[in-house]
Amino acid sequence: MNSVLQYALYLIILVVLSIPLGRYISKVMDGERVFLSAVLAPCERGLYRLLRVDSKENMGWKTYAGCALAFSAVSLAVLMLILRFQNLLPWNPEGVGGMSWPLAFNTAVSFITNTNWQAYSGEVALSNFSQALGLTVQNFVSAGVGIAVLFAIVRGFIRVSANGIGNFWSDLTRAVLYILLPVCLVMSVVLVGLGVPQSLGGSTTVDLLEPIAVDADGSVLVNAEIDTAHGTVTVDGQTVNGAQIVTQQQVPLFPQASQVAPKQVGTNGGGVLGNNSAHPFENPNPASNMIQMLSILLIPVALCFSFGRSIKDKKQGIAIFLAMLVLLVAALGVIAYSEQAATPQLAQDGAVNIIAGNGNIGGNMEGKETRFGIASSSAWAAFTTAASNGSVNSMHDSYTPIGGMMPMLLMQLGEVIFGGVGCGLYGMLGFVLLTVFIAGLMVGRTPEYLGKKIGPKEMRMAVLVCLATPIAILLGSGIAALVPATADSLNNGGAHGLSELLYAYSSCGGNNGSAFAGFNANTPFLNISLGLIMLFARFVPMTTTLCIAGSMAQKKKVASGAGTLSTCNAMFVFLLILIVLIIGALSFFPALSLGPIAEFTQMIGIG
Amino acid sequence: MKHIFARAGGMLLAMTILCGLVYTVAVTGVGQLLFPKQANGSIIEADGKTYGSALLGQPFTDEGHLWGRIMNVDTTTFTDENGNPVLYAWASNLSPASEEYDALVAQRVDALRKANPDMAEAAIPVDLVTGSGSGLDPEISPAAAAYQVSRIAQARGMTEDEVQAVIDRYTTDRFLDIFGEARVNVLRVNLALDGILESTQA
Repeated sequence: MNSVLQYALYLIILVVLSIPLGRYISKVMDGERVFLSAVLAPCERGLYRLLRVDSKENMGWKTYAGCALAFSAVSLAVLMLILRFQNLLPWNPEGVGGMSWPLAFNTAVSFITNTNWQAYSGEVALSNFSQALGLTVQNFVSAGVGIAVLFAIVRGFIRVSANGIGNFWSDLTRAVLYILLPVCLVMSVVLVGLGVPQSLGGSTTVDLLEPIAVDADGSVLVNAEIDTAHGTVTVDGQTVNGAQIVTQQQVPLFPQASQVAPKQVGTNGGGVLGNNSAHPFENPNPASNMIQMLSILLIPVALCFSFGRSIKDKKQGIAIFLAMLVLLVAALGVIAYSEQAATPQLAQDGAVNIIAGNGNIGGNMEGKETRFGIASSSAWAAFTTAASNGSVNSMHDSYTPIGGMMPMLLMQLGEVIFGGVGCGLYGMLGFVLLTVFIAGLMVGRTPEYLGKKIGPKEMRMAVLVCLATPIAILLGSGIAALVPATADSLNNGGAHGLSELLYAYSSCGGNNGSAFAGFNANTPFLNISLGLIMLFARFVPMTTTLCIAGSMAQKKKVASGAGTLSTCNAMFVFLLILIVLIIGALSFFPALSLGPIAEFTQMIGIG
Repeated sequence: MKHIFARAGGMLLAMTILCGLVYTVAVTGVGQLLFPKQANGSIIEADGKTYGSALLGQPFTDEGHLWGRIMNVDTTTFTDENGNPVLYAWASNLSPASEEYDALVAQRVDALRKANPDMAEAAIPVDLVTGSGSGLDPEISPAAAAYQVSRIAQARGMTEDEVQAVIDRYTTDRFLDIFGEARVNVLRVNLALDGILESTQA
């Protein structure tokens, strides 16, 4: 019962917080005054003067897209150089080396595309300089770019016979300055208070209460007698040669809270530490968990309401919100049920207690933290893959077959169930146009949305938005499956091994960034191919969305009449859900049936 | 075209200073000032000595100590300045539906039953036979702690009530009684059992 209460409250609190935030975001992006303007407006003006930006310049879609692409390209180049040469830069207390070129390329692409796929572990591979001045910065601005592009298409819908769709530089500046930065400042200080470290001094070590002994290969020696005074280890009375006594534990310290906040708020998801928000430093308790988990979906949900307010028809925003919510709740339900039910392999015919209650957590606890249990882990898994966040507080690789398939499916649906900050909603608008078109065909009406006629050009673009993710995932994982070396990257055998590979390409093709983390993605082939997939999945939908925005802005409004298809009633919400499911599920059913579904049938067979 | 790239570079530089440098330094300053303990890793101190982090799990095998989650230990990634191995841990990332996993859990069940003969009839709480998400989970469920009480009591010559009382002292409820799970901090319990942490200290 408690778990149902947790799920319900998480969703209710999320929606209650996002309604006022949605209103605020709409005001900011429409250029209205907000309560922070008194402090921030002078900073904003100063920045424009410094960079010689004319914030009144109204850009056509090609200029707007050019600015967005140029900004991302410069970000990519600079971040890649920082990562490659971090050994020569300051703020490197651990003295970590530079990343290899393929890994630096993959990581830089990953962070500028708001994906935050990580083929490395932060505690081993990154300096404070790279974490703070490289990755944290992209956590802010890649999310800012998403919000900017969303509001460009909003203007495309509301403007009539116009050429301009806004100013990229001022959209980006306002998104970061008024929305992301204030939220993250408050949140990161709260997270420090809850136990997330924030230090520039570098990592340290502490003594273990019980030293352990390992053999020369680093494997733990069981039942070892350890003589710390003489440094000898005996097992069953025999001295073990080459054994080492471990008396210290690593305590990884970074400017962590300051990066965790934008990682969640901007749907980035890249952890400071390899185990992400499952690590007790990154996410120390249920309170920090609740803050982080809600902030994953906070802005994507709020943007539905911002959309409604900015196009001056709140019902349209609510309709899209409801379609997304239904899909989220359905996915969450399946994950929660599967994880609480666990597996016969874990239950051991009753020798292991998997029933929740009386102080026992129950369920599939492999890869899950005690403080989160099943409910807060399952909810996170659904939230982080519905949004294109990709941070994890439990290891999806260790989910039950069906429990692990749902996060994968949420990514494969194109990251439009709320999705990434900005990009989730503009991706969903592609599906909305597709739905309007198909519904129009069925009843013989001219397709129109928000009073604008949808022509063949917009339809071609909308189809590209909708199909970019499936193309990227299926082509990528198909090619990777043909490369023999890919098999060496798998952590599990059989059908689960295929799931690991499919998950990796789904994650990058959906710009999500979460992983079946046993998969070793740090090989030149995987770094480069996954990098290219991330670029494709980010910039094809973005550019086509801006193209739609440009052509919509030029159109006249048509008066709605009795023949107009309503895009804010229950029928439309149902159709939209159906179209999203048909495109996603049909594209991926063959692949899923060889991975998670095959593993599920095997599991049942054994049980 | 050229001026677009120049402007992009300028904007990135401005954002790097604002969101990278100023923001990070500000949060570090405020965090270190307001919450010095948490900002530096929640290290447990008693009588001027440090005893591990309250947030990082440690491996325990002593019969008189409370045992935590299964740790997927790594002693090869980190070393101290003298080259000695330093302990860290990661998630197992194993599928819980494979035959290999079946065999692994069976082994763990066996080992736990041998170590806790009084509980041979009881089903073992699932968190004792599974690895965590981080490999460093510092906590176990109240049921998993209760499972070990008789073993600890016998090893230490304490009564079961005394052991349970120490466990209860270091048990945290759900957040607002609703969110997450109730859990016991393993390291704190062991430090209290060893007399290092005051048994009255919460």
